[in-house]
Amino acid sequence: MAAKITVHGLTMSYGTLEVMHDLEFEILDKDIFVIMGGSGCGKSTLLRHLVGLMEPTKGSILYGDKDFTATDPADRGPFIRRFGVMYQSGALWSSLTLGENISMPLEEAGIVSAKTVKDLVSYKLSLVGLSGFEDYYPSQISGGMKKRAGLARALALDPDILFLDEPGAGLDPLSSRRLDDLILRLRDSQGCTVVIVTHELASIFGIANTALFLDTATRTQGAVGNPADLRDHSDNPAVRLFLNRGETPAKTS
Amino acid sequence: MPDNLRGLLELALAVPEESQDQNKPDTLSAIGRLGKLTVETWAGFLAFLKFTGQTVLSLIRFFTGRARFRSADFWMTLQQCGVQALPIVSLISFLIGLIFAFVGNVQLTHFGANIFVADLVGIAMVREMGVVMTSIIMSGRTGAAFAAHIGSMKANEEIDALRTFGFDPFDFLVLPRLIALVLMMPLLTVYSNVVGIFGGMVVGSFVGIPVQLYWNETIAAVDLTTASLGVFKSVFFGAAIAISGCMMGMKAGNSSAEVGEATTRAVVTAITAVIVLDSAFAVIFTLLDI
Ligand SMILES: Nc1ncnc2c1ncn2[C@@H]1O[C@H](COP(=O)(O)OP(=O)(O)OP(=O)(O)O)[C@@H](O)[C@H]1O
Ligand SMILES: [Mg+2]
Repeated sequence: MAAKITVHGLTMSYGTLEVMHDLEFEILDKDIFVIMGGSGCGKSTLLRHLVGLMEPTKGSILYGDKDFTATDPADRGPFIRRFGVMYQSGALWSSLTLGENISMPLEEAGIVSAKTVKDLVSYKLSLVGLSGFEDYYPSQISGGMKKRAGLARALALDPDILFLDEPGAGLDPLSSRRLDDLILRLRDSQGCTVVIVTHELASIFGIANTALFLDTATRTQGAVGNPADLRDHSDNPAVRLFLNRGETPAKTS
Repeated sequence: MPDNLRGLLELALAVPEESQDQNKPDTLSAIGRLGKLTVETWAGFLAFLKFTGQTVLSLIRFFTGRARFRSADFWMTLQQCGVQALPIVSLISFLIGLIFAFVGNVQLTHFGANIFVADLVGIAMVREMGVVMTSIIMSGRTGAAFAAHIGSMKANEEIDALRTFGFDPFDFLVLPRLIALVLMMPLLTVYSNVVGIFGGMVVGSFVGIPVQLYWNETIAAVDLTTASLGVFKSVFFGAAIAISGCMMGMKAGNSSAEVGEATTRAVVTAITAVIVLDSAFAVIFTLLDI
């Protein structure tokens, strides 16, 4: 299958602080691709590179066969229009209600009929279990609700590629489970590719096709592959340790 | 060592400490610090110019209909830096007029020329004090508010979210604020002038200048050119305040502490910019003999 996103020799840094170097992986079409790794290892940073909020120090990111990183930031509209991004903190626009948070991108995309916008907004909110919260401001809802509202906003324009930064963190097991179902359903019904940052092993084994492990110790990728395979057969002990919740795994190959 | 403490210590030492080269404390000599400060100030000035350039580009996009922002944002800002600023502008302008008249009167009575208090207050308010005081008030009020609002949006990744939805954060956040403040500043300035003159008139009537006489004297002293100078300057001062506020907000770091710093910097930059511009205008007007 064709690679939807190709990351080639990517080195990321904040000023002189190198976060990760020489990342090399592909994300296939309709994949559910998990980025995992210890806290502070650079998962969010990788996501910021993938959506163009940061420029790589070295290396390139390709969407299909088009070079995203070589495109001038001002001309990235066609790429960005296909993205839906959910931020780790939710990043809802705090001066707007949840409804307005979702309707603003819709109106921007040229949907003018107020009725259609309203219907779409309540549909997207109901997808994440927030029906009826249209008129709440982000400051009036809980952290987990902010995450879900952020997801609803990411879904506003039926994106082709969905980037989710720790969608499950801060959710109770049931909501977390519903979220996994939603992600699977979105992939199956709309055919979108999903890139998720997550630590939740249950989600990783439940929904991911491919997982990328970022290793803090070596500052580069530890492994990439099917999560269950990695857990049982990875050559990298750090990966097996992570996927087994730190319980000393016996390499079974 | 008790066992329970040892357990905690082991946990604390389990993750090796990161080597943090970045956060080395400043160990510069006084001259080194002065040099650093100079370089930073110069860099700040260049950044201001660059931001102004970007603002001009953004304005061009606006006038060619390619810039987008929420009109609600614009109306909200218009209200914040218009009607809602009136009470404080009234108070300060009234007091400034009062003080000028009072001080002027003390001196001018020696010469039996206290009618000229009207000239003094009128010209001072209209040429300088009205617009400068309004600008300083708006720096502290609106410039700070711009920086705080945009800065906290930045800290909360809201600006990133704008970007990934294809909105230009510059057009979206800076333009409505800039346009609103530039529209309101001349009005506030005219208002401040009037209130200041009224303040002078109050003192005048206390020291025996009839209101009608005071008014006639003011009209005679303040011609249209003088009156329009202050209003003309207010447009530029308004732009400088909006640019300082928005720039510091956009450049704020990602934490709430840095939002506070950005707010302080916005006010300092705005007031500095206003005073520097005012001096430049003073030189230009003198050269042009107006
Ligand atoms: N704005 C910044 N400036 C400098 N360094 C940063 C900045 N943001 C993050 N870092 C550093 O980059 C590294 C990676 O950060 P990042 O936010 O990508 O981690 P993460 O993997 O998403 O962690 P978490 O799972 O806790 O969200 C961290 O070590 C952090 O110190
Ligand atoms: Mg993160």
